[in-house]
Amino acid sequence: MLKIKGLKASINGKAILKGLNLEVKPGEVHAIMGPNGSGKSTLASVLAGKEEYEVTGGSVTFRGKDLLDLSPEARAGEGLFMAFQYPVEIPGVSNINFIKTAVNEVREYNKMPPLETKEFMKLLKDKQALVELDGKLANRSLNEGFSGGEKKRNEIFQMAMLNPVLGILDETDSGLDIDALRIVANGVNQLKNKNNAFVVITHYQRLLDYIVPDFVHVLYDGKIVKTGDKKLALELEKKGYDWITKELV
Amino acid sequence: MSDSEKAIKDATTGEYKYGFVTDVESDKAPKGLTEDTIRLISSKKNEPEWLLEFRLKAFKLWKEMPLPTWAHIHYPEINFQEIVYYSAPKPKKVLNSLDEVDPEVLKTFNKLGIPLEEQKLLSGVAVDIVMDSVSVKTTYKEKLMELGIIFGSFSDAVQHHPELVKKYLGSVVPMTDNYYAALNSAVFTDGSFCYIPKGVRCPMELSTYFRINEANTGQFERTLIVAEDSSYVSYLEGCTAPQRDENQLHAAVVELIALDNAEIKYSTVQNWYPGDSKGRGGIYNFVTKRGICAGVNSKISWTQVETGSAITWKYPSCILKGDNSVGEFYSVAVTNNFQQADTGTKMIHIGKNTKSTIISKGISAGKSNNSYRGLVKINKGAEKARNFSQCDSLLLGDKCGAHTYPYIECNNKSAKIEHEATTSKIGEDQLFYCNQRGIKTEKAISLIVNGFCKNVMDNLPMEFAVEAKKLLEISLEGSVG
Ligand SMILES: Nc1ncnc2c1ncn2[C@@H]1O[C@H](COP(=O)(O)OP(=O)(O)OP(=O)(O)O)[C@@H](O)[C@H]1O
Ligand SMILES: [Mg+2]
Repeated sequence: MLKIKGLKASINGKAILKGLNLEVKPGEVHAIMGPNGSGKSTLASVLAGKEEYEVTGGSVTFRGKDLLDLSPEARAGEGLFMAFQYPVEIPGVSNINFIKTAVNEVREYNKMPPLETKEFMKLLKDKQALVELDGKLANRSLNEGFSGGEKKRNEIFQMAMLNPVLGILDETDSGLDIDALRIVANGVNQLKNKNNAFVVITHYQRLLDYIVPDFVHVLYDGKIVKTGDKKLALELEKKGYDWITKELV
Repeated sequence: MSDSEKAIKDATTGEYKYGFVTDVESDKAPKGLTEDTIRLISSKKNEPEWLLEFRLKAFKLWKEMPLPTWAHIHYPEINFQEIVYYSAPKPKKVLNSLDEVDPEVLKTFNKLGIPLEEQKLLSGVAVDIVMDSVSVKTTYKEKLMELGIIFGSFSDAVQHHPELVKKYLGSVVPMTDNYYAALNSAVFTDGSFCYIPKGVRCPMELSTYFRINEANTGQFERTLIVAEDSSYVSYLEGCTAPQRDENQLHAAVVELIALDNAEIKYSTVQNWYPGDSKGRGGIYNFVTKRGICAGVNSKISWTQVETGSAITWKYPSCILKGDNSVGEFYSVAVTNNFQQADTGTKMIHIGKNTKSTIISKGISAGKSNNSYRGLVKINKGAEKARNFSQCDSLLLGDKCGAHTYPYIECNNKSAKIEHEATTSKIGEDQLFYCNQRGIKTEKAISLIVNGFCKNVMDNLPMEFAVEAKKLLEISLEGSVG
């Protein structure tokens, strides 16, 4: 469903992605690991359409469409979701109003009528339960004053509400306690089916005990330099990235 | 230019959507202001002698007053001799139903999305429409009359309840108060009058839709609301204006009087023509609004959503004279393009245990300037007075300005005054976050802006809140995409 070929991107004239290839098929889970600053968040942002990043080469197709040609909201409409590494706060906009707007905007994009309040409330209840999100958070301002872990859990809640075709999780596990980690992973596992896919960016193999990846990629200096299965993650955990960089030379 | 910068720019250069002109034949005075103009207005309106004298006295005072220059606004000098001070739709026979209202007028209201028929049938709102300077039609008057409530045009009140008008006119805003109040006192043509008798809770929201319709017609509305002991009234004032090239002056005076245990809630949605995206035209809005909590335990609450006018100069204020009286001011002011707003409030604490709350939200976009100016004054005798003020500004883009001028004068040591202020900007990150969730930039801006204004909007009556929200969207929405 997602095909990235030779993707190059830069920010403020500085090249970050330097010819990245990746293919994701329906039903798959891909993990992306790599040292700080290697370009993982950049990749997620470029896929989501953040405009500060300039794509200088390569191509990305998503469900047969040229992804790079679409606006960020159209990408979301097509079913791309990114759980942010640093979710933003929007004062005065309730969590519930925000997600309702999002759900209905995505429906509108797909030429579906807005959800009836009753249906929406049911969906909300189900998904809140899925990620064990405290009901009180629904009425609070979006992410405002949420703890780090609550913010991350809220991202997964929103993902569950929007039920994307491709979910990109940027370090959703960072800052989560053990229980929250399990809950978040559990949420992802329940959302997973043969028609959707997930790209999970993480620094810790721990998460991959819960969300079992089909592929593990190492992103280094703007390129995917090694791909393996979940054993690779274990190996990285033990040995770090040095041996890979040495292999490259 | 990045996409979201473009969206902000588009959103902030949106054309005024309510620009249309109703073609109603009108009867007007020649341009200019002399004693003769005032005599003409007074005689056209068949006024008693004392009112003519009131006007002439105000005119004399006004001529000697200097123009106020302290506000953070700039505009070309107004030529007061170029203004038409009286214009009335041609006299027609008395109307019995809406069917008899000029279809042009009805069409205008429909364009505004305020179908009168529906309003009348569904919401039970009595509407007193002020088209230019004369009331065209008053509804629900009889029903209100049963309760002893008087609600209608100011000129009607002058004819039928002169003693009430005489007693309260100028009692809260004296003609000497300021330049524009003096001008208004001299030349006001019409407005609304509302009287709630002792112990009566007005069962419906009273509302007036103001329209400025005649090119070059200064509008000088006069509103007077009196709430007798233990009464309650919620009054809605809303307005939009047709698009015009010349600047139009508007200088209204609103006076509220709340007696013992009475409560007045006054809500405004103001959307006068702000001028085009180059800063041409637009309404000059110099308003004096003031209420007095004259009685014990009385309460006056001002809520306003201001999106229109080229220039807004407006400080709805409360004089808290009665012990335990309460004053509130909730305001959202949006400025866009070249609009200038200098608004705020004054809370004058005189009685003991008086309490005031000020929540002001300023939103600036385009090249506009938005200032909050507030005075909290605690008099010597105002034991244990309390005030809480919160003034927040939101900037869209980086060519606009927000300014806050809080003044505090405290003459009683037992008083407690709290002030909070913030300035923030709609961030690229917030917009991208919304976009990533499928929300278009235009909608994202309105979501963020509405969130910002939430605790003011929450104070508007339900039916008004919907309209106000729409207005916020319209005034910030552009033609994105
Ligand atoms: N606005 C910017 N200007 C200049 N350089 C930037 C900018 N944003 C990101 N970068 C640089 O791009 C590189 C890649 O950053 P990115 O956030 O993609 O890394 P990452 O792999 O997600 O790292 P981490 O594991 O720490 O989250 C870093 O060197 C970073 O400093
Ligand atoms: Mg990162």
